[in-house]
Amino acid sequence: MQFMLLFSRQGKLRLQKWYVPLSDKEKKKITRELVQTVLARKPKMCSFLEWRDLKIVYKRYASLYFCCAIEDQDNELITLEIIHRYVELLDKYFGSVCELDIIFNFEKAYFILDEFLLGGEVQETSKKNVLKAIEQADLLQESQNEDWGATS
Amino acid sequence: MALKMVKGSIDRMFDKNLQDLVRGIRNHKEDEAKYISQCIDEIKQELKQDNIAVKANAVCKLTYLQMLGYDISWAAFNIIEVMSASKFTFKRIGYLAASQCFHEGTDVIMLTTNQIRKDLSSPNQYDTGVALTGLSCFVTPDLARDLANDIMTLMSHTKPYIRKKAVLIMYKVFLKYPESLRPAFPRLKEKLEDPDPGVQSAAVNVICELARRNPKNYLSLAPLFFKLMTSSTNNWVLIKIIKLFGALTPLEPRLGKKLIEPLTNLIHSTSAMSLLYECVNTVIAVLISLSSGMPNHSASIQLCVQKLRILIEDSDQNLKYLGLLAMSKILKTHPKSVQSHKDLILQCLDDKDESIRLRALDLLYGMVSKKNLMEIVKKLMIHVDKAEGTTYRDELLTKIIDICSQSNYQYITNFEWYISILVELTRLEGTRHGHLIAAQMLDVAIRVKAIRKFAVSQMAMLLDNAHLIASNTQRNGICEVLYAAAWICGEFSEHLEEANQTLEAMLRPKVTTLPGHIQAVYVQNMVKLYASILQQKEQAGEKEAAQEITQLMIERLPQFVQSADLEVQERASCILQLIKYIQKLQVKEVPVAEEVIALFAGELNPVAPKAQKKVPVPEGLDLDAWINEPPSDSESEDEKPKTIFHDEEQRHSKPRHPEMDEEELARRREARKQEQANNPFYIKSSPSPQKRYQDTPGVEHIPVVQIDLSVPLKVPGMPMSDQYVKLEEERRHKQKLEKDKKKKKQKKEKRGKHHRHNSLHTESEEDIAPAHHVDIITEEMPENALPSDEDDKDPNDPYKALDIDLDKPLADSEKLPVQRHRNAEALKMPESEVPPVEKKSKKPKKKEKKHKEKEKDKGKKKEKEKKVVEEEEEEKKEEDLDFWLSTAPPPGSAAQPQSGPQTSAAVASEPEGVKKEEREEQQEEEEEDEGKKSSKHKKKKHKKEKEEKSKDKKKSKKKHHHSEEEMAESVQNGTLDDEPLPPMSSYRLLAENPYIKTTYDIQGNLQNDSQVTVSVIFENKSTSFLKSMELNVLDSLNTKMLRPEGSSVHDGIPVPFQLPPGISNEAQFVFTLQSIVMAQKLKGTLSFIVKNDEGSTHEKLDFKLHFSCASYLITTPCYSDAFAKLLESGDLHMSSIKVDGISISFQHLLAKICFHHHFSVVERVDSCASMYSRSIQGHHVCLLVKKGENSVSIDGKCSDPTLLSNLLDEMKETLSKC
Repeated sequence: MQFMLLFSRQGKLRLQKWYVPLSDKEKKKITRELVQTVLARKPKMCSFLEWRDLKIVYKRYASLYFCCAIEDQDNELITLEIIHRYVELLDKYFGSVCELDIIFNFEKAYFILDEFLLGGEVQETSKKNVLKAIEQADLLQESQNEDWGATS
Repeated sequence: MALKMVKGSIDRMFDKNLQDLVRGIRNHKEDEAKYISQCIDEIKQELKQDNIAVKANAVCKLTYLQMLGYDISWAAFNIIEVMSASKFTFKRIGYLAASQCFHEGTDVIMLTTNQIRKDLSSPNQYDTGVALTGLSCFVTPDLARDLANDIMTLMSHTKPYIRKKAVLIMYKVFLKYPESLRPAFPRLKEKLEDPDPGVQSAAVNVICELARRNPKNYLSLAPLFFKLMTSSTNNWVLIKIIKLFGALTPLEPRLGKKLIEPLTNLIHSTSAMSLLYECVNTVIAVLISLSSGMPNHSASIQLCVQKLRILIEDSDQNLKYLGLLAMSKILKTHPKSVQSHKDLILQCLDDKDESIRLRALDLLYGMVSKKNLMEIVKKLMIHVDKAEGTTYRDELLTKIIDICSQSNYQYITNFEWYISILVELTRLEGTRHGHLIAAQMLDVAIRVKAIRKFAVSQMAMLLDNAHLIASNTQRNGICEVLYAAAWICGEFSEHLEEANQTLEAMLRPKVTTLPGHIQAVYVQNMVKLYASILQQKEQAGEKEAAQEITQLMIERLPQFVQSADLEVQERASCILQLIKYIQKLQVKEVPVAEEVIALFAGELNPVAPKAQKKVPVPEGLDLDAWINEPPSDSESEDEKPKTIFHDEEQRHSKPRHPEMDEEELARRREARKQEQANNPFYIKSSPSPQKRYQDTPGVEHIPVVQIDLSVPLKVPGMPMSDQYVKLEEERRHKQKLEKDKKKKKQKKEKRGKHHRHNSLHTESEEDIAPAHHVDIITEEMPENALPSDEDDKDPNDPYKALDIDLDKPLADSEKLPVQRHRNAEALKMPESEVPPVEKKSKKPKKKEKKHKEKEKDKGKKKEKEKKVVEEEEEEKKEEDLDFWLSTAPPPGSAAQPQSGPQTSAAVASEPEGVKKEEREEQQEEEEEDEGKKSSKHKKKKHKKEKEEKSKDKKKSKKKHHHSEEEMAESVQNGTLDDEPLPPMSSYRLLAENPYIKTTYDIQGNLQNDSQVTVSVIFENKSTSFLKSMELNVLDSLNTKMLRPEGSSVHDGIPVPFQLPPGISNEAQFVFTLQSIVMAQKLKGTLSFIVKNDEGSTHEKLDFKLHFSCASYLITTPCYSDAFAKLLESGDLHMSSIKVDGISISFQHLLAKICFHHHFSVVERVDSCASMYSRSIQGHHVCLLVKKGENSVSIDGKCSDPTLLSNLLDEMKETLSKC
């Protein structure tokens, strides 16, 4: 996977993860272009489109579009599955997730994504394991916060 | 209470946390930019504070702003500060920010190396995890190089959580630092069999990604992956593996045969659409790469097409889309199978989803036949009319043209129809593809002679209606067709019926608004038209009409003379003068038409693309040499017949007028033709000469077209092409009736002498004869054209660097760089850094041996297969891809995954003949319990196990030998995976005293032909602390130590670390040298300070650094054919030595030469071996080593005699110690 973008129906970017090195300018350009293209598509259309030399796989969940760019030989259906997995993870973590959860806790959304994918490849296929890793890391964070609160 | 107070003050200290920021932005929708710039100012203040929590909060907010598109690169340093916070909470935020905004251009990124290294080795697995995740986003070549070794160590971490991350990130490291691939690959391969499924899947992911880019290097892993595929139940992993096989099979068709069965099984059994889709795709890829010799070949295709049909019929648009996509892949090789689903595909053309329609369009390409082309195109034309978006319409347009023009217009039976379609397409508004239509018009008009008359009439109509086409500036794209129209009307003006009218259309003032290049064509072609009208009028004796037309030209041309376009202006003014001259002659009543028309005599034939490129340069031809001496006069430039310009006219006109000196012209033309005829490299024009100039003797063979004049040129209210469809139907019907009457076959194939015509008039499989005889002139190609049509690959492909042979044994020089020059870390972990590398460089030794054997018995293998096989060969059978492939295991061979390797090996060891007979039997058995297997089988298994055992024994014995010879001083034998190994014996003693022991090794550098790297290990033997170590050598003229810029030759180089008691560490020093043919010795001194409780003393240690000739050699593998060629070349000097009293085995002897002298074995036969190596300066060194009773003789050949004799002397010394 080359990158993953989350954006709202209004075209506001909610999360971006790039697995290929690109300049900021290029990233912005791609984002703008893709958001436009995807938003312009009608609801009944299929979730794939060819874009430059990549394939775009996107899916809409409520008001959010999840959009991934994969390479020519990659499997579109498994990419949809990845998107779905990620949504499930967010859902489990936040408890019926909504766009606002992701806006206000965007760093958490990143942490979850990072436990699920690494370098654009699926790192952990077990939802349970991903959530466990996140929970433990959160636990570590909280305990440290308490320490810190107490000592300062 | 107090705690609460403190917390409250902290909260105030964070002026805003992330939530506040987000809320604030949402509340300031009107002046968002202003609000954010305020926030950024606040953040800048926060970043200046010392409190890391405040900083982290600021960085967190910045990360959010970065997503909104604000530049935060200015805070890169603060991000690093937060990354290096000791608390996980902050570290996490720091790494997140870094992964979002760092890239290769971030200059502070190099400051992170040590921090990342520290985090990687943190006892807390989440610290390590967060560092790995971050690194995967911003790894640079430098970071990759510096950290590759650390990450590789983590691949063997005790926690699977870290292992899987480390494995995945290795892929990014390989991309950035390709040199790391070979040293790291063995461990990566190990991870394919990691007990943790997550790690295993990560390793599969990485290797699959690598293999997809450069499949050939991974063929040898096929058996391992095959095993994984048949045993794994994880769909994620399966998909990757299956994809990998898709990449491998084109290189090894036998692999495909093996795959078909398990894949079809999966297709039948799986319920996961993604897996099904992947399987179908790979089966297609496999079948494409297989020649059609497969028995169940068509069955597999049928299965795929069937499954795809189900996908296409599904209501899920995604599946429909993918089904069509995969279908188009099958179409390329098995069009018949797809054609049977034409109904379904045509149906998809009406789908509401444009992307699905586009996919269906792709498929149409293969659906057409002579029979249905018109019908399909008609349907498409309707879509063109209905289409809303221009993109889709443009796509339709190109598809129509693609479909019609494919395989040289194979399916077009009526070109009049096609021309009408093209003309209809010109009515499209706002298309970008005007040039495409134009190109088609030109192509058809030029190549289909029979259609010219019709084409010209249609083009004349277009020119007449040019105002419609060019009226709207938006429709600019389409005005390209006027280019074609003008040219066709001009070039084939003899077919024009109303030439006057067309000429007038071309002279309209409106024309000057067209783009310059089209106007230029207009100007040029109106002269052609003019010439033909002139001739016509003159022949008819209508002198006045002829003069009138001249007058018209003279009146109208000036509008082009004023053109801003140079080309138009130049042509117009030239032609204007010419016509003025003609007018003068006309007034004198001199007949001019013949001469004017001679200006455009000759026929233009299409030339194939790349025709010029494909002419091979004949032997002995020097393209740079003068063919004749440089011309002294312009005579030889026959293209510019200067002499025919009339001198008289020169005075008052810039462009000169040609005087039609018929004789001279003819003479010249004749001479030129003669010249061309004698010149084999001239691309000959068609011999059919001037079209109307003479009475076309060469064109009788062109069939006279009976144009059905019942077709009106334009049917009001109805697109014209529809008429053809009807007519065609009628015609076909009639034809059929006629055919029934007289079954007479007609087949004509006409071949001009120089000029090939591919007659399309062959009986098609559908028995549809073309409407009229059509000649398609094939594009001209030089007679001896080369078939080569290689399109160069993209040199910028980032994956190209990873095209690395992984089966080749590792050379000593291939190590991952171990951290050396960084002081800070050296103190902490001097020893633990080294082991993985040491281990790596040991492994390949084993491999090397195997490699040798592999090569040796490759040739013999086939005959030997049925004989009793030697143990040594048996050892590697399971790895031998050839062998694995030659015996297809029964599909159920992986039914018992736990006994995986043994089972497949057992099957693999069966002789070929038995295998076939047993196969069916086995298939049944496999499903049953293992215990119920036939006794025959059992016996085999037993035997195999026995072999396995003895093999193991042998293996361990070998390992033992290795440790003896390769690690002379080492005690451990290196079989334990995670235990550190002491340095290898390639390190020689440099100097030693009671405080310190130094050993060194010298290695050449492939990238630089005049540098070697000396690695020195310093070992503190004392109980004191050693510091301020400095190494200095006395440079010789030839060999110099590379010192930092600005330092003098007498300065020493500080050793970049200090040594606590009992610790050793390694430093590298680079030396430059000019000549490498002789060994060198440099004197040097190591100075250091010894510090203990009693105080510190300054100590010195003198040494002699010996650069042996072998240290200039780099182990380079060489294939036997290249080796033989090298020996044959005769450029090499020869020398030999003989050493007596050798007691060690030949095997060990070779290993010794390989190891100490950096050679590789090219070929080994019994007690004779050829070896090869290469110096850093490119000298080839070839050896022939023969072992006698207890002596060894070595014959060497090398491009430099001195180097050779020195090398042999060194070898003699090594061997005499044996």
